[in-house]
Amino acid sequence: MNDMTTFDVEKIRRDFPIFSQEVHGRPLAFLDSGASAQKPQVVIDTMEKAYAETYANVHRGVHYLSQVSTDLYEGAREIVRAHMNAASIEEIIFTKNATESINLVAQSYGGANLKPGDEILLSTLEHHSNIVPWQLIAERTGAVVKAVPIDEHGEFMLDTYFEMLGPKTKIVAVTHISNAIGTITPVKEIINAAHDAGAVVLIDGSQAAPHMKIDMQALDADFYVFTGHKVFGPTGIGVLYGKADLLDAMPPFLGGGDMIERVTFAKTTYAKGHSKFEAGTPPIVQAIGLGAAINYVNEIGFEKIGAHEQMLLAYATEQLSQINSLRIIGQAKHKAAIISFTLDNVHPHDIGTIVDRGGVAIRVGHHCAQPLMDHFDVAATSRASFALYNNRADVDALVSAVKSVQEIFG
Amino acid sequence: MLDDLRELYQEVILDHSKNPRNFRHPEDANHEAHGYNPLCGDTVNVYLKMGHNGLIEDAAFEGKGCAISLASASMMTDIIKGKTESEARHIFDGFQKLVKGEENDFDAGEDTERLMMLAGVKEFPMRVKCATLAWHAMTSAMDEKPDVSTE
Repeated sequence: MNDMTTFDVEKIRRDFPIFSQEVHGRPLAFLDSGASAQKPQVVIDTMEKAYAETYANVHRGVHYLSQVSTDLYEGAREIVRAHMNAASIEEIIFTKNATESINLVAQSYGGANLKPGDEILLSTLEHHSNIVPWQLIAERTGAVVKAVPIDEHGEFMLDTYFEMLGPKTKIVAVTHISNAIGTITPVKEIINAAHDAGAVVLIDGSQAAPHMKIDMQALDADFYVFTGHKVFGPTGIGVLYGKADLLDAMPPFLGGGDMIERVTFAKTTYAKGHSKFEAGTPPIVQAIGLGAAINYVNEIGFEKIGAHEQMLLAYATEQLSQINSLRIIGQAKHKAAIISFTLDNVHPHDIGTIVDRGGVAIRVGHHCAQPLMDHFDVAATSRASFALYNNRADVDALVSAVKSVQEIFG
Repeated sequence: MLDDLRELYQEVILDHSKNPRNFRHPEDANHEAHGYNPLCGDTVNVYLKMGHNGLIEDAAFEGKGCAISLASASMMTDIIKGKTESEARHIFDGFQKLVKGEENDFDAGEDTERLMMLAGVKEFPMRVKCATLAWHAMTSAMDEKPDVSTE
């Protein structure tokens, strides 16, 4: 068998019911998976079954359904642990989304460890969700937020980063893949250097999780976050990986049921491990759905997914580059299948509206990364982001839709 | 595919967006406001010179934005110049209903035809904010509220 038969994109598309419909009378070319990915039937079915057949609250009852539901919920945690190659399930915390995961670390770890003058290093590539939580905790603790610059291609400037690291650096929080321009950052080097400087590292893996294998023990990240809905799972579920010794020393983030050991009005003691950070009834069915999504991508295999997406990236880059007046923003050497672009004299909102009528869904705007837009001196870009279910026809639809933009604007 | 789009991006709209009228900062402006659309980062500054009895003696703008927002700002400044504050507000009320698809008998007197050029926006609900950004900034300028955001 050759690669074409082992990775059958048309078969994969049939796994996603959304592709059976048309948009504005055109086949849907969904190029906005960077914002949120579509769901395979197996995720939808798994969640329906969890509601219809096994639903009950977790960690509480002694009755049959509560046990089944708990087993499925904790089974999903094990799926996530194995997927991330974390050392222990105690290191996997379910949250609402990546944003909540980052806020949890900022408030809990940052709140307990940051002192006035301490430094938090981010990068210009960051999504607002990996900027604002740090600004909030910096304001509360007197710590200072600094951003590692990127170069004209959109590459993380490793040498400058090494110079910025110092005894004041307490936390480094960097994205694995830029949501806006696709840059893959040198996370291993970033983590090693931070550890040499005595800082802990949080990696925002929201864009990486759908595209590549992530390995906590190989990376040695202290915290790693991603969100379920971008990795073909449901909304309302996110993951925080944290090293066990760090989590053990951290105070709780939210208080409530399930995160306690013993409650009295005089003093409450907290649960150990991941439970300390999962206050209240968790997103049970969403976690089960995320488990199904992770199993789904692993059955296909990230090597094949990655190769397919790189093929699409190369094809789309080549095709789009032939369009006069189109400028691709961000040309890093290592890029995920995300292409941000501008057209001379046409605003991204006009591009978005026009290509939509051709059935092409792209994101237009600042991509929740305004410092990055400022770096490239643009207010907004148009972004096509690819996933395992996209094909060359989607690229062709995008290119032809962009040409119709030019037609209209003359 | 192109019918709705041709309706939205009429020649007149494209002309206004490529060559916006009153795109300047008058030194004698005595009212101004900054409009911001956080969704796309578009900005517009509207400058008014208001005379006695609420007469708008001059209207101008500067900013960055999509074709719809630039064209709307350009037409707006043309239209409100020489009108009174209450006339301008009245036109905006009707115009806002027009682009939201809530008004079938839009009547802005002599300006009806020009503003109807933007009626195509009603088929694109996500773009209503683009068409009204400058107008919101205009009313903020009149109200002496220096900032307006469409969120």
